[in-house]
Amino acid sequence: MLSPEVQRRIDRELAKYPADQRRSAVMSALAFAQDEHGWLSTDIMDAVARYIGMPPVAVYEVATFYTMYNLRPQGRFKVTICTNLPCALSGATEAAEHLKARLGIGFNETTPDGRFTLKEGECMGACGDAPVLIVNDRRMCSWMKIEKLDALVDELSQAAARGEGRPGHGSGGPAK
Amino acid sequence: MNAPSEFLNYGPDAILMVGLNGRNWRLADYVARGGYGALKKIIAEKIPPEQVVAEVKKSALRGRGGAGFPTGLKWSFMPKNYVGDKYIICNSDEGEPGTFKDRDILRYNPHMLFEGMAIGAYAMGATRGYNYVHGEIWAEYLRCEEAIEEAYAAGFLGANILGSDFSFHLYNHHGFGAYICGEETALLESIEGKRGMPRFKPPFPASYGVYGKPTTINNTETFAAVPWIMRNGGEAFLELGKPNNGGTKLFSVSGDVERPGNYEVNLGTPFTTLLEMAGGMRGGRKLKACIPGGSSAPVLPGDLMMATDLDYDSIAKAGSMLGSGAVICMDETRCMVRSLRRLSYFYYEESCGQCTPCREGTGWMWRMVDRIERGQGRNEDLDTLTSVAGNIAGRTICALGDAAAFPVISFIRHFRDEFQYHIDHKRCLVPAYV
Repeated sequence: MLSPEVQRRIDRELAKYPADQRRSAVMSALAFAQDEHGWLSTDIMDAVARYIGMPPVAVYEVATFYTMYNLRPQGRFKVTICTNLPCALSGATEAAEHLKARLGIGFNETTPDGRFTLKEGECMGACGDAPVLIVNDRRMCSWMKIEKLDALVDELSQAAARGEGRPGHGSGGPAK
Repeated sequence: MNAPSEFLNYGPDAILMVGLNGRNWRLADYVARGGYGALKKIIAEKIPPEQVVAEVKKSALRGRGGAGFPTGLKWSFMPKNYVGDKYIICNSDEGEPGTFKDRDILRYNPHMLFEGMAIGAYAMGATRGYNYVHGEIWAEYLRCEEAIEEAYAAGFLGANILGSDFSFHLYNHHGFGAYICGEETALLESIEGKRGMPRFKPPFPASYGVYGKPTTINNTETFAAVPWIMRNGGEAFLELGKPNNGGTKLFSVSGDVERPGNYEVNLGTPFTTLLEMAGGMRGGRKLKACIPGGSSAPVLPGDLMMATDLDYDSIAKAGSMLGSGAVICMDETRCMVRSLRRLSYFYYEESCGQCTPCREGTGWMWRMVDRIERGQGRNEDLDTLTSVAGNIAGRTICALGDAAAFPVISFIRHFRDEFQYHIDHKRCLVPAYV
């Protein structure tokens, strides 16, 4: 379930903690598994539990507590836009509406072609760059006015057409 | 990463964020700016740890994460004769709406943080440490990973630092989306690989912290100020600010200003000076309301804010908190009901669910503010809201309950007419577009 690459990355994290505290690496481990699979199925969470040596239920607790873990299949590109007050004062509401219109979906929805999932995010700690959004948990995009949003959607659509992005709908199991 | 190509300007008072251009974050650049000089001196001269703590106390450095607790005093709580590992942890889990200053330290000057942590470890006898980075800023986390490797390679971290018998092992830890982990004991739980649910105190982290070991947690900017203090003396730092409020502070200015961004000013600087640095209000409009210390701080009416100085004591006197130094400015076109609704939704969303008053109360507050905003408010709602908020504050394990209640109480206190207008007329008093 966990590829050699994911295992290598988890091992690197495990080395940061005392030998009897392997559980400290669970957050990174889940994030790395998500990088590869796109979302965390029960099978993947169980594999993380076995690899780290902790009860599966403790892994589920972590996966369901932190908001960036995907507990169901996502589009190839998950776009999370901050709509909190400081961002809203600098155009985030309009940016979010534009994304909804452009993609034809609302928050927590995925486009029928499986390319995009749109999420509403909370403070990303980058309010000076508002509007701010994050693509697939890792890539932060700043000052996302309408033109830049359109350019990003174009870029990601083309990438998705080439099969890039994360495995999403249909490749990871049924939606919950 | 959107690193600007020109020199970054944090203002004329800047001492921590000076000489930075967005690219000169590497160890060699930091050393060229005098970096790691304080750590070298402390180790070479075998300065007693108590003397380091005394210097930090003298500087009147107060916690930059929100609570403003005196740093030197916090450091002195660590047990001195403990046998086994002691930990120091940097809280870089910056997610208080309006706050984005620690991100600049992490990406533009990470070694300043690592030097500050190494000095802190020396002063408190800590052998291990973690820098807990906010889950949403992956690029900054990767930069910290790269920078920390440089520090190990140069002998500033690890075993027998600079050939001495002082060892300190520091690692970066990455979060994954939970505001509550900015609360120090929730952060400890998170490092242990658990849900970020705050612990009941006492015991305090200094006696029972991460893995049950003595632990001190400080904010990024707090640790980052330590090398300057040790290089220039606590007295010099104190003199930059005012008594009980030493040094400079990074303020994150957001909202309706011309140039949102981070500015470093001496504590005690008039708010109007900071507002000028941020280019003034957008479009020359008037400041209607200001949240001076991150979304959890009580909102202040604009005219009161315009007359306030930026230090812990002055802002407290004005009725709010300096908090994390996140200054959210709103102009006269902004609807206060709508603004509060967004903040209330945030606390409802981020409550960890452990304490009943917060778990249930944040939902109640959000639904009532939402109802008022949608023109379905009832006359008794404002008193009920105030009462619900009052029943959360002070009745929960951690401060998130207070943080959720303060905005509600203060928005209604200062802008009650606007809420009443929504209830009476089922529409907004201002042409809102928030």
